[in-house]
Amino acid sequence: MSSTLVPEAQADQSGRTTQTVEIDSHAINFGPQHPAAHGVLRLVLEMDGEVVARADPHIGLLHRGTEKLIEYKTYMQAMPYFDRLDYVSPMAEEHAFALAQEKLLGLEVPERGQWIRTLFCEITRILNHLLNVTTYALDVGALTPSLWGFERREELMEFYEAASGARLHANYFRPGGVDRDLPAGLEDRIAAWMAGFPAWLDDLEGLLTRNRIWRQRTVDIGRFTPEEALAWGFSGPCLRASGIAWDLRRAQPYDKYNELEFAIPVGRNGDCYDRYLVRIAEMRESVKICNQCLEKMRPGPVKVQDHKITPPARADAKRSMEALIHHFKLFTEGYHVPRGATYTAVESPKGEFGVYLVADGTNKPYRCKIRATGFAHLQAIDALARGHMLADVVAIVGSLDLVFGEVDR
Amino acid sequence: MTEETPVQNAGGQVAPPRLEQLAKLLPGVHRSATLLGETVLWAEPDSLPMLMQILRDDPRFRFEQLVDLCGVDWPERPARFEVVYNLLSVSLNQRIRVIVAADEQTPVPSVHMVWPAATWWEREAWDLFGIVFAGQPDLRRILTDYGFDGHPMRKDFPLTGYVEVRYDEDRKELVHEPVRLTQDFRRFDFLSPWEAMTSLPGDEKAHAQYQARAADIEKGDAP
Repeated sequence: MSSTLVPEAQADQSGRTTQTVEIDSHAINFGPQHPAAHGVLRLVLEMDGEVVARADPHIGLLHRGTEKLIEYKTYMQAMPYFDRLDYVSPMAEEHAFALAQEKLLGLEVPERGQWIRTLFCEITRILNHLLNVTTYALDVGALTPSLWGFERREELMEFYEAASGARLHANYFRPGGVDRDLPAGLEDRIAAWMAGFPAWLDDLEGLLTRNRIWRQRTVDIGRFTPEEALAWGFSGPCLRASGIAWDLRRAQPYDKYNELEFAIPVGRNGDCYDRYLVRIAEMRESVKICNQCLEKMRPGPVKVQDHKITPPARADAKRSMEALIHHFKLFTEGYHVPRGATYTAVESPKGEFGVYLVADGTNKPYRCKIRATGFAHLQAIDALARGHMLADVVAIVGSLDLVFGEVDR
Repeated sequence: MTEETPVQNAGGQVAPPRLEQLAKLLPGVHRSATLLGETVLWAEPDSLPMLMQILRDDPRFRFEQLVDLCGVDWPERPARFEVVYNLLSVSLNQRIRVIVAADEQTPVPSVHMVWPAATWWEREAWDLFGIVFAGQPDLRRILTDYGFDGHPMRKDFPLTGYVEVRYDEDRKELVHEPVRLTQDFRRFDFLSPWEAMTSLPGDEKAHAQYQARAADIEKGDAP
């Protein structure tokens, strides 16, 4: 901290010199390489001593022009970009794009396809919350949760790999269903994992929930009233922590969510601690949802059988001329989506993730606007952090669950 | 600290056609439709702040959230941009979309006084499309690089851009140079006269279905 000596230093009658020392507020660059910035956030903090006077986030350091690239790709080629937005919860993002296309195409997804998508959405939710809660704790000073959490995440990513072939960028959800059926035995493995997970969550909570340091760092930090949270465009756990029981899975259900029983955890104070508690409670609900999905799932087709939209089986393409033509046409020209526009949103683990898709009747999207959850959350950081200490900014950034692949697009 | 409560209004969505009936009488709305079950209003830019204020505060609408704001570029139209506002009412569980036409010169009134969340979305629309928002005090670029020139999401902005950046090992600094493509940029649109024969013999049925779906969406009949 620097201080400036004001020139009018004068000697008084007794011969002592008095100086007026004025501490000037100055700007600090938080990031873009700060490990607690959760990616490439450059946060310019104007400090008044140790207190934040203004926070100005500079984003866009991870801007890759996803929306522009999508306009130059066929619908099928555009799908993998969605994995790379929020790379912590890839399937939830794919889901929004798949649902938007299905809406324009007027597709009805087969039962099993819907169950698999719902199951993997909830696995994704656990995957995301595990990363967020544990690295959030890491930012605040607790190392152990992240070591434990990453081990569990690894197991979940094995399920991803078994279903889609990729641990992270799955490209598994497709318009009309999912890419392929689950391999034999995967359902049992997921069920076994889900059975053991709540006990592990208790252990994790044992480290944090009643931990004195954790509570000192998070309780009453970054508070938002329900009105503020709504006005700033909050959604997901951050909105629910402020006391608004709003969840798209319940309010505007898609796929199989209307056939499932689950509770919506709500916070009271809208501070960093409540955002943590809501996420922990949501993971417990996700386990319940996954178990219900596994119970209700029946064998059957996993995607629409119209091969103008979904590719035929690989084996068929070796024998059937028609299947070969379908395969060729789909992977070169792709399918055409009728002219129209839709805003379709899903409850991604971070909150409302939406796609505003404008189709012009060709095989490429005319415009695909991605409504990134973190974009709205990060914008409010000035309102949340103002008047807090510098160290609290780290807790606030952690509690907002930011991933810059999504914020910057 | 947490408690489990059911969501208010579960399944109690206002039927979109009724919402359209109510909303089309609002000031500045010159066209309305319910397409694919989503209510869309086309409005005049001048009355936008008043319209948005009503949509937020009127007990029949109560759109507390501006979920998304984005631009769409239609270069062939006289007013080439559409500014699209997607609103959400958490208390009444309904959504609405407001669309306003704009061009490069005429500013669109900012709505950041209605929803503070609008600031960044407007900055983004300015950055990517060059849409000007009147009354927005913080209209800086947001997603593109410091010192970037142009508006990349416009349809006439090339995908590869104009400037490329690299680190020069000899000069030990970042160098900005015009983009050089070692091979011409290739774009397959599958819409050439030869490829556009979408109704090949045997394809008539699929093609007719597709045409019918497109017509339904336009008329607002599609679910």
